[in-house]
Amino acid sequence: MTDDVFAPWNDPGQSPLIRYANVTKKFGEFTAIDNVSIDIFPGEFFALLGPSGCGKTTLMRMLAGFETPTSGIISLGGQDMGNVPPNKRPVNMMFQSYALFPHMNVWDNIAFGLRRDGLPKDQVAARVEEMLRLVQLQKFAKRKPDAISGGQRQRVALARSLAKAPKVLLLDEPLGALDKKLRQETQFELVDIQEKTGTTFMIVTHDQEEAMTVSTRIAVMDEGIIKQIDTPASLYEAPNSRYVADFIGDVNLIEGDWRGDTLHWAEGQTPLAVQSDAPVGKAWLALRPEKIAISKDQAKADNAIPGQVIDIAYLGNLSTYVVEIPGGQKIRAQATNARRLSRRDITWNDTVWLSWTSTAGLVLSE
Amino acid sequence: MKMSRFNVVSLTLGFAFLYLPILILITYSFNESRLVTVWGGFSTKWYGVLFQDERFLGAAWVTFYVAFISASIATVLGTMAAYVLVRGAKFRGRTLFSGMIYAPLVMPEVITGLSLLLLFISIGLDRGGFTIILAHATFSMCYVSVVVSSRLVSFDRSLEEAALDLGATGWQAFRLVTLPIIAPAVAAGWLLGFTLSLDDLVIASFVSGPGATTLPMRIFSEVRLGVSPKINALSAILIGMVALGVIVASLTTKRAAQRP
Ligand SMILES: Nc1ncnc2c1ncn2[C@@H]1O[C@H](COP(=O)(O)OP(=O)(O)O)[C@@H](O)[C@H]1O
Ligand SMILES: [Mg+2]
Repeated sequence: MTDDVFAPWNDPGQSPLIRYANVTKKFGEFTAIDNVSIDIFPGEFFALLGPSGCGKTTLMRMLAGFETPTSGIISLGGQDMGNVPPNKRPVNMMFQSYALFPHMNVWDNIAFGLRRDGLPKDQVAARVEEMLRLVQLQKFAKRKPDAISGGQRQRVALARSLAKAPKVLLLDEPLGALDKKLRQETQFELVDIQEKTGTTFMIVTHDQEEAMTVSTRIAVMDEGIIKQIDTPASLYEAPNSRYVADFIGDVNLIEGDWRGDTLHWAEGQTPLAVQSDAPVGKAWLALRPEKIAISKDQAKADNAIPGQVIDIAYLGNLSTYVVEIPGGQKIRAQATNARRLSRRDITWNDTVWLSWTSTAGLVLSE
Repeated sequence: MKMSRFNVVSLTLGFAFLYLPILILITYSFNESRLVTVWGGFSTKWYGVLFQDERFLGAAWVTFYVAFISASIATVLGTMAAYVLVRGAKFRGRTLFSGMIYAPLVMPEVITGLSLLLLFISIGLDRGGFTIILAHATFSMCYVSVVVSSRLVSFDRSLEEAALDLGATGWQAFRLVTLPIIAPAVAAGWLLGFTLSLDDLVIASFVSGPGATTLPMRIFSEVRLGVSPKINALSAILIGMVALGVIVASLTTKRAAQRP
């Protein structure tokens, strides 16, 4: 790894800005967050990713100070936040509902936090103007929140939470209310603003594509626990569990008995060769669809299984073939459409061969 | 949809039942004749007579300041109670407290009046305008807290959290964010308290002392000596004020409900 790659989490000399140390949060008997530890470094765009109800918002609200951990410590820049009230934390939050003050115009919404700090009038004005420029809303400064569009409201909320130049900006599903096209545009804007301001961002999302697009690292959550924390590429290429492999992108999982060099997956079928140092025993081979080649004739490869095409999804540049292999499992294989449709020779019900190398897949025992 | 004959008739009967007496009263307040039940032509002279009457003017003044001050006290206390009961941390017996704050709404007025009277006597408070204010503030407060808490229940909590998050203290968050947003409900509560106080005869009679007579008390004592057209005029004025208060209160509540 070269020096100019941003990867402070690999550098033992760096100290984290945010540290969750063995944090547990219970609501009555229900454990919403179960012994979570995370280190987040300055300048990161850190994503909490998981299905609805897995505890992402709760984790974030504890950092903002709206919930108190049942046990464990949350520290910011080395300081324990335990007894610091929300209005004294150098953290600002952009709420899922935006929480814009309906009785104030855009300008006053953005100025709200600056005024609480008792900043002189001209400094407040200068900072608000700067924020309005950053989110390109100068023309809407005098409008009330109910007189602007959803996308504009989202930008006001962003500007308001950035105005005080917090050390950490928390974003709870910031793009959830936007339509798909606007969401994609805004994702790039967010990254841009994050780089411009140098603020550490922590974003909550249940959209894996969004997390992959914007973040430096992602924590994948499931029912209050962290399954894996890694860069988007590592999560995709080296998931540590079926849960993560399935949550991040599309994956085929073939169950079998792992013997250290081959996976015995079906009676009477050639075992699958995989290079892996996973412990022997029951395991799953995780194969991404694009790592599987599909052909009419048996290919010379480390692994090849015959099957029958039962479905083809044409996606323009790509086609996904659904192939039923011996034993009845359906495997998805993806091929780029380098040739015109009329020239392609694989169609429904054809018998085909799926092949892949011994390094294409991963053996997961969990 | 066209209303059926039955609906028209029952609606007319219902409204007639409700408003005919009031209409008659208002009509007769413009009666030229001295006799209450004989129409002698249109005149506003009884209103003139009324405004010359010192005792009427005194009672009007007492009624007004009692209503104004008691509604204001009730608004502050009722809003505070509503805020704590809706927002405050869950404490033991919160449900009991919420229930108890509504109890005076269903308590017979005679009992409220009597118990307040006993209280004032036992602490040796001189009865007069001040005790009426206290008594009215007590029961108006329940109404205010009902109106304000129904607004607070639908209030987006994250607005307050956003204010705190941006560095506001709890009090600033309330004053700068919560209060302006619930203001229409608070105003409606105040108007309701004001109207209830204008209206009240029973409790005021119990707790008032010499020199503090409200308009309803004045009317009641004069009617015992016979109904005069002057009383009709006075009642008409009171009806007008109460109606105005109720209309404004319901309009502000409606506006409050439409706000996000
Ligand atoms: N104040 C609360 N009281 C009780 N349960 C709560 C509270 N807040 C969240 N929860 C529960 O904790 C779990 C996690 O919630 P949340 O953090 O909002 O999930 P996410 O943001 O991932 O959708 C959910 O099951 C939710 O019902
Ligand atoms: Mg959430």
